[in-house]
Amino acid sequence: MANNVTLEVHNLVKYFPIKLGFFKALTTSEAPNVHAVDGVSFNIKEEEIFGLVGESGCGKTTTGRCLVRLVEPTKGEVVFKGSHLLSLSLEGEFRKLRRKMQIIFQDPYESLNPRMSIYDIISEPLRIQKVTGSEREIAERVSQALEDLDLVPPEEFLYRFPHELSGGQRQRVAIARAFVLRPEFLVADEPVSMLDASIRSEVLKLLLGMQKKFGTSFLYITHDIALSRHMCDRIAVMYLGKIVEQASTDDLISKPLHPYTQALIAAVPVPDPTARRIEVVIKGEVPSAINPPQGCRFHTRCPHAMEICRKKEPPPMEMGNGRLVACHLYGSKGSKR
Amino acid sequence: MELLEVENLKMYYNTIRGNVKAVDDVSFTVSTKESLGLAGESGCGKTSAALSIMRLLPSNGRIMDGTIKLDGDDIAKMGDKEIRQKIRWKRISMIFQGAMNALHPTYNIGHQIAEAILEHEAVDKKEALERAGKLLELVGIEPSKTNRYPHELSGGMKQRAVTAMALACNPDLIIADEPTTALDVIVQAQVLRVMKELQSRLDLSWILITHDLSMIAETCSRAAIMYAGKIVEYGDVVPMFKGPLHPYTQKLITAFPSVIGPRTELSSIHGFPPDLLNPPRGCRFHPRCPQAMEICRNKEPVFAKGTRDQYVACHLY
Repeated sequence: MANNVTLEVHNLVKYFPIKLGFFKALTTSEAPNVHAVDGVSFNIKEEEIFGLVGESGCGKTTTGRCLVRLVEPTKGEVVFKGSHLLSLSLEGEFRKLRRKMQIIFQDPYESLNPRMSIYDIISEPLRIQKVTGSEREIAERVSQALEDLDLVPPEEFLYRFPHELSGGQRQRVAIARAFVLRPEFLVADEPVSMLDASIRSEVLKLLLGMQKKFGTSFLYITHDIALSRHMCDRIAVMYLGKIVEQASTDDLISKPLHPYTQALIAAVPVPDPTARRIEVVIKGEVPSAINPPQGCRFHTRCPHAMEICRKKEPPPMEMGNGRLVACHLYGSKGSKR
Repeated sequence: MELLEVENLKMYYNTIRGNVKAVDDVSFTVSTKESLGLAGESGCGKTSAALSIMRLLPSNGRIMDGTIKLDGDDIAKMGDKEIRQKIRWKRISMIFQGAMNALHPTYNIGHQIAEAILEHEAVDKKEALERAGKLLELVGIEPSKTNRYPHELSGGMKQRAVTAMALACNPDLIIADEPTTALDVIVQAQVLRVMKELQSRLDLSWILITHDLSMIAETCSRAAIMYAGKIVEYGDVVPMFKGPLHPYTQKLITAFPSVIGPRTELSSIHGFPPDLLNPPRGCRFHPRCPQAMEICRNKEPVFAKGTRDQYVACHLY
C-alpha cells in the first residue's frame, strides 16, 4: 500500500445550534449547541479503508458529511490531495472536486429518487460533472458500472425504477452511482446496515472489489466493530464527538487500550456459544452532546475513572505503530501509568 | 418438561394474489426454563410464527393446520375470549419489535404496566401500581422513575420498561421479537444481560426472534433456523454453531464477521429469498444452494436426525 496521504482532517468541529423559543432566546446569553463533532483529526492514506466506529449520536455520520461538505463544518481543516477544501467556493471549485469525492448513504430506500430510472440515476453524476457530451459514452459507462456491481445483464436493469428492485440491488445501484465517476475518495456511511445478512456479505464483497479495481480511499462509517474489523485497514473509535483511539485494525481488535474500545469489543455478541469472554461492565448510556461531560467525556461511564479524568481532557497520545489513545491511563511512552 | 409444543403449524396470509405461505409446516418445542432462538432473514416467517402462538394474527392471517400446545392445551383451537382470559399475557407474553417506540406518550410507564395487570387480574389500582414498581426494579429501573414518561427515558430504559410490562402477569413464556435491534451494542449487551438474569430468577422460558445469529449463540440453549416459511435446522446451539449441517445455516453463521478468532472471508448467498406466494418446488433453498442436486429440485426434504441431537431438513443427510 502506498503511503501517500489522500485526505487529512485537522481539528474538525461541527456544532449544531439549538433553536430556542422567543423568551428562552431573550434570557439565554449563549445559545446552546449540539457538539456533534468536537475536534477530530485523522488522515486517510491512498487506497486505504479507514473505519470510523461508534454508537449512534457519536458524530461519525456528521464527520463523514463534513468531509464532502454536505454539512458545513464549524471549524477545522480538510485537505484533499493538497487542496484545502473548506476554503473553496461550494458551487464552483468544490463542485468540480466532488468528481473525485463521493458518498454512499445508509438507506437505499431513501437515497434513490423513486421517479428516476436506474439509467437516469447512474448517469446523473456524469451529466452534472459534464464528463462527456456523447450520449453513447454515457450509456457505455452506465452499463459498465452496472456490470461491475453484478447487476447483469445491464439491459435488464437500465429502465427499471428503484421500487422494482430489492434492497440489496438498490444499494448496488447506489454504489454504481458513486463509482461511475471513478472517485479517488469515498465516504461509505453504513452501506449495509439495512440489508439482510445473506445479502450483506455479497454487497461488501462487491464494494471491496470496486475499491481494489479503482484504488479508491474509503472512509467507512459503521456502528459494528466486527464489521469494521472485516473491512478496514485502520480504525478510529469515536465517542461523543471525539476520537478516543485509533490504530491499525489488528492492533485495535486484539489489544484495545481505551476503556471504551474495550467495552465496545466486549459488548459485541460472537457467533460461538462456547466462547468465554471477559465481560466489561459499562453502565448507563451515552450522555447528551449538548452538555458533554467535563474532562474526559467517557469518565461518567468508565470503570477506571480517576480524579484527573473528571477535570482534564486527555490529549491523544502516541503509543507506537501509529496508534493514538486519548486516555489518562496511559503515559506518553506507551506504559500504563 | 415441554411447555410449548408447536406441531406442523401452517399459517397463511390470504391476499388477492393467493395464499402467502408465511409459516409452512413448522414444528418445535420449548421446555420450561429454556430459551429457544428463532433465526432467519426478514420475511422468513419468524414473526408470523410468534404471532400465531400469541393468536394475534391480522384479519387476513389464518392458521390453516397444526397444533400449538401449551401444557397440552391446544391454543390454535381456542376461542378469542379464552385466549384473552387464560393465555395471553398470563401464560405467554410478547415483546414486540420496536415496542419501546410504541409506549403511550402521555401515560407514565408505571401506569402503563399497571394497566396490563388491571386488565388481566382482579386487583385494585394501588396494588397494581405497587407491582409495576417492583417489576421495574426487577429490570434495573429505580422505583423512583416509575412515574417517568417515555420521552424522559433513554432507549435502553424504554426497552427494559417494555420487558417489565411483558412480565406483568407472571407468564411462563416470553416471546421477544428483535428486542435489541434499535439499540447500540453496549446497551444491547445490558438488555440481554437483564433478560438472562430474569430467566434464571423467575424460571422463565424465552423464544428469542432475531436475524442476528451471534445473539442466539450468546443467549439461547437451542435454536431453530427458518428459511422461506420452514425450519431448516433445529437443535442445541453448541453443535449447531460448531458444526452446522444445513448449507443455509453454514452460510448464515459465516456471513457475520466476528471480533474473535482469525479474520475470515465472509460467505454470501447468491440470489434472494423466494416469494412465498409461489415458493420453489422441492427444497425451498435449492435455487440458492451451492450443493443442490437433482432430487432437491423435485422432492421436499424431510426432517432427519443428524448426529448429536441436531435435526436437519436437507437431502444431503
